[in-house]
Amino acid sequence: MADGGIGAPNKRREDIRFLTGKGNYTDDMNKRGQAYVAFARSQVAHGTLKGVDTSAAQEMPGVVRVFTGADFAEVGGIPCGWQITDKHGEVMQEPAHPVLAQGKVRHVGDAFAAVVAETAEQARDAAEAIEADIDELPAVVDMKAALADGAPKVHDDLTSNLCYDWGFVEENKGAVEEAFKNAAHVTTLDLVNNRLVANPMEPRVAIGDYDSSSGDSTLFTTSQNPHVIRLLMGAFVLGIPEHKLRVVAPDVGGGFGSKIFHYAEEAFCTFAAKAIDRPVKWTSSRSEAFITDAHGRDHVTTIQLALDKDNNFTALRTDTHANMGAYLSTFAPSVPTWLHGTLMAGNYKTPLIYVNVKAVFTNTVPVDAYRGAGRPEATYQLERVISKAALELGVDPIALRRQNFITEFPYATPVAVEYDTGDYVATMDKLEEIADLAGFEKRAAASKAKGKLRGLGVNCYIEACGIAPSNLVGQLGARAGLYESATVRVNATGGLVVMTGSHSHGQGHETAFPQVIAEMIGIDPSMVEIVHGDTANTPMGMGTYGSRSLAVGGSAMFKATEKIIAKAKKIAAHLMEAAEGDVELANGEFSVAGTDKSVAWGDVTLAAYVPHNYPLEDIEPGLEETAFYDPANFTYPSGAYACEVEVDPDTGKVTIEAFAAADDFGNIVNPMIVDGQVHGGIGQGIGQALLEGAVYDEDGQLLNGSFMDYAMPRADDLPFYTVDHSCQTPCTHNPLGVKGCGEAGAIGSPPAVVNAVVDALRRGGSDITHIDMPLTPSRVWAAMQK
Amino acid sequence: MYEFDIKSPSKLGKAVRMLRKHEDAQVLGGGQTLIPTLKQRLAAPSVLVSLAKIDKLKGISSDSGTVTVGAGTCHADVAADDTISALSALAGGIGDPAVRNRGTIGGSLANNDPSACYPAAALGLGATIVTSARDIAADDYFQGLFETALDETEIITSVTFPIPDAAAYVKFDQPASRFALVGVFVSRKGSDVRVAVTGASEDGVFRWAGAEEALSANFAPEALDGLTPSGDMIGDIHGSPEYRAHLVGVMAKRAVAAC
Ligand SMILES: Cc1cc2nc3c(=O)[nH]c(=O)nc-3n(C[C@H](O)[C@H](O)[C@H](O)COP(=O)(O)OP(=O)(O)OC[C@H]3O[C@@H](n4cnc5c(N)ncnc54)[C@H](O)[C@@H]3O)c2cc1C
Repeated sequence: MADGGIGAPNKRREDIRFLTGKGNYTDDMNKRGQAYVAFARSQVAHGTLKGVDTSAAQEMPGVVRVFTGADFAEVGGIPCGWQITDKHGEVMQEPAHPVLAQGKVRHVGDAFAAVVAETAEQARDAAEAIEADIDELPAVVDMKAALADGAPKVHDDLTSNLCYDWGFVEENKGAVEEAFKNAAHVTTLDLVNNRLVANPMEPRVAIGDYDSSSGDSTLFTTSQNPHVIRLLMGAFVLGIPEHKLRVVAPDVGGGFGSKIFHYAEEAFCTFAAKAIDRPVKWTSSRSEAFITDAHGRDHVTTIQLALDKDNNFTALRTDTHANMGAYLSTFAPSVPTWLHGTLMAGNYKTPLIYVNVKAVFTNTVPVDAYRGAGRPEATYQLERVISKAALELGVDPIALRRQNFITEFPYATPVAVEYDTGDYVATMDKLEEIADLAGFEKRAAASKAKGKLRGLGVNCYIEACGIAPSNLVGQLGARAGLYESATVRVNATGGLVVMTGSHSHGQGHETAFPQVIAEMIGIDPSMVEIVHGDTANTPMGMGTYGSRSLAVGGSAMFKATEKIIAKAKKIAAHLMEAAEGDVELANGEFSVAGTDKSVAWGDVTLAAYVPHNYPLEDIEPGLEETAFYDPANFTYPSGAYACEVEVDPDTGKVTIEAFAAADDFGNIVNPMIVDGQVHGGIGQGIGQALLEGAVYDEDGQLLNGSFMDYAMPRADDLPFYTVDHSCQTPCTHNPLGVKGCGEAGAIGSPPAVVNAVVDALRRGGSDITHIDMPLTPSRVWAAMQK
Repeated sequence: MYEFDIKSPSKLGKAVRMLRKHEDAQVLGGGQTLIPTLKQRLAAPSVLVSLAKIDKLKGISSDSGTVTVGAGTCHADVAADDTISALSALAGGIGDPAVRNRGTIGGSLANNDPSACYPAAALGLGATIVTSARDIAADDYFQGLFETALDETEIITSVTFPIPDAAAYVKFDQPASRFALVGVFVSRKGSDVRVAVTGASEDGVFRWAGAEEALSANFAPEALDGLTPSGDMIGDIHGSPEYRAHLVGVMAKRAVAAC
């Protein structure tokens, strides 16, 4: 290992700027002559938009221009990036998604007009003066009601509120039904995967900028993937070719998925900047974020597990309603399907699986990927139904899992994916050790003596990261490729700049990526700088989500660096007058095996740019390479999690007493960053399990649209975690052997918490088998009264 | 925010005159409730009269029987004064350090949020609310959700709390805001027992007479067995009326135990 190379817990270099207030976020930017936008948004969930009277607003102080849906009549709508084909072979219903509402408003927060003014407050004042003539219509909020005959339609031009009815694997359906008929035991569980609001610390911001001298547009935005925004907005919405459109996503204060998507406000600011020939800025308030940022999860599921008389899993079937909200957000259709159905095998060798998903339009904020995206929903139902089966059968939940583990790899699941590596026995063994499961009963007795109910929840998870071969996702309906690219530029004095399409917004790329390159060359990581987040400076990239940055983006960097090293070896061979094949690179020095000839990295890089003594007839000067990497498969991190809770029987309040995670992420580049990613993920998982959940009333009003009522996890809600990633089965198909760790915590933790609370209540004498998340004190107390 | 003027008089009399002079003028205490309200454009005062520069409104003093807290005293200062430990603990449990360093007792009592903590202390200790115009007994002061006996141009100047023999406040946090989902303040002075409940009732902070009676006879948690408050309890996404009524009993017992 090079000093500070792969495996070193280097401190995050980006934290110096984040922690000293030197970050450069979109809202920190102000352009000369900038005007400000405020949107006029619907306060009703559903209504016919009969007219928008902007006359008073036009006359207000500071108003530059007022826009309505009519201004966007000639402009494309916000596109959806994934098309699902349903179980009958029909493509999904895909409604128009105008930049500003036309004809109808479809959720509270749907923008129908926008004011551009000299100051932000003037824009708000004028937006309040816009009069919308809206005939309120009954709202559809509940998914099952939305599919009932005669339900009001969110989109009048669609046949119903059903986006698609997906069956997976449709060919297995008959065999699955047969297996259920022959089962010795069937466990059924109805559950809700609660709707979450991502709430990154930094709300969304967009600045549109137009240069009338060149005709170039620039969008500064809070995005996880500026290239994707450039492609979607340029090609599908505004018709701006990519060479005339630059998208910059500078420091971004967290995304958790919600900043993957292309939002109407981005298109608006880019469009308006050109229309008024001035920079146009929009900064979301927190209240606005609650009703415009895409929400996450929101699945309602019935899952059934069939077992034979020896408790082997024989079949699994699920029936899920997945909320799309009022419009299709960028990747929304893929989340309950390909990111969910393909994970239903989990860590188990269940031979037959059938997943049915009905995606439904409702008069609510669009729902899309949120940390884990589909995989937490899959893991939650599977791990909950297994724990319920263990209760019904009176067997140990860990033993039941172990008995059904997949143990041979590669393993082709019945849901279309092939796990390359894993060792679920090893992670479970590790978990039992680090969580001291043997000592649990003693701790439970101590809790009881204090009048508290202690419970233990254990579960496994599998996820699919590094999404995935482009040709495969293309077949599955993705409208984009899913490779990543990197340009490695070596400077004359030996330092490197790596330009990547992977965006960093909390993941620590600026620290971890240099470790990979430093390791390959044998130099200090401080010699490597990462550049990201600007389509003008970086090669085409697909951005950061799905725990793909190191597995896919890092592999692209690896490939580009390999090209660099190959060329540098040629130069070194020339300098040392040796055969290229004899040149070795170690510790930043080229040498010739079996001789004392050597030349330093810096001498070779200097020669590349000052090519006085250089094989100009064979190779070009300079040292810069680009590589694209398109993975051959997903990666499959896995793990086993344990949660211990105490429940106060008088109030129903749950406290997390201990949480242990044994993860297999393959090779680890920076263990400290991995710890942090797992901590954060578990924190969000505990948030989902105990605290969070967007609640709509029947009129489609969000009842908890602020932090006064929407509970985010805080430090004192969370325990000290015990995390371990020493179980490592490296990925077999990417050059780094890495798998991805960003979402694992959020995927694996909710079932552990719920399993633990159910266990605690049962130890207190209740015969409860399930409580829906979030397990708030009032819900737990109510469950105990039954 | 809508536009407004801000004035910072150093004398109480001047502040009252400003309130009388400007229609839609409003007092600004620590701003921890009012500023977020303004930012959300839910209020549009023409003038804010800040009390921050009126030194007379700040500080804590005590004599043998009472503690008097200036209306402009922030929660952190009350938390640091240990004369009535239940009161200090209550102040120390409000919000976070930023809120405690800005928010004032006067602002809290003037606002009378049905989930706020101080109203329970004022009612539970039988405090006197002293204003620019008069003295108001806590029993007469609280008049429902966000409603008080204050006139539009009346400023709270201080609050006088009798020192009890024993007192405790136990709060069950609303998970998001961490205001009181239910908070119960219990005090005992001689044979006089007071039980004040915040967070629970549709009518705002109230004295739980049934509990006071039971505890006067037997000041022990068991005395409350089987008792629940009457009246309409709040039901919302954080808890049903039944849950709140149940919590009132649990918190009251815990408060008695902590006395
Ligand atoms: C994050 C957060 C958490 C909080 N948690 C809690 C909690 O757990 N428990 C709790 O009890 N409170 C809580 N609060 C509220 C906090 O205690 C406020 O400080 C308090 O309610 C208002 O006091 P203020 O001095 O900030 O008043 P301001 O916000 O300045 O004013 C509030 C109202 O009172 C009026 N007013 C202010 N001072 C006077 C006066 N002297 N005379 C007459 N009228 C006056 C104002 O005109 C206004 O109508 C929280 C607040 C925040 C922001």
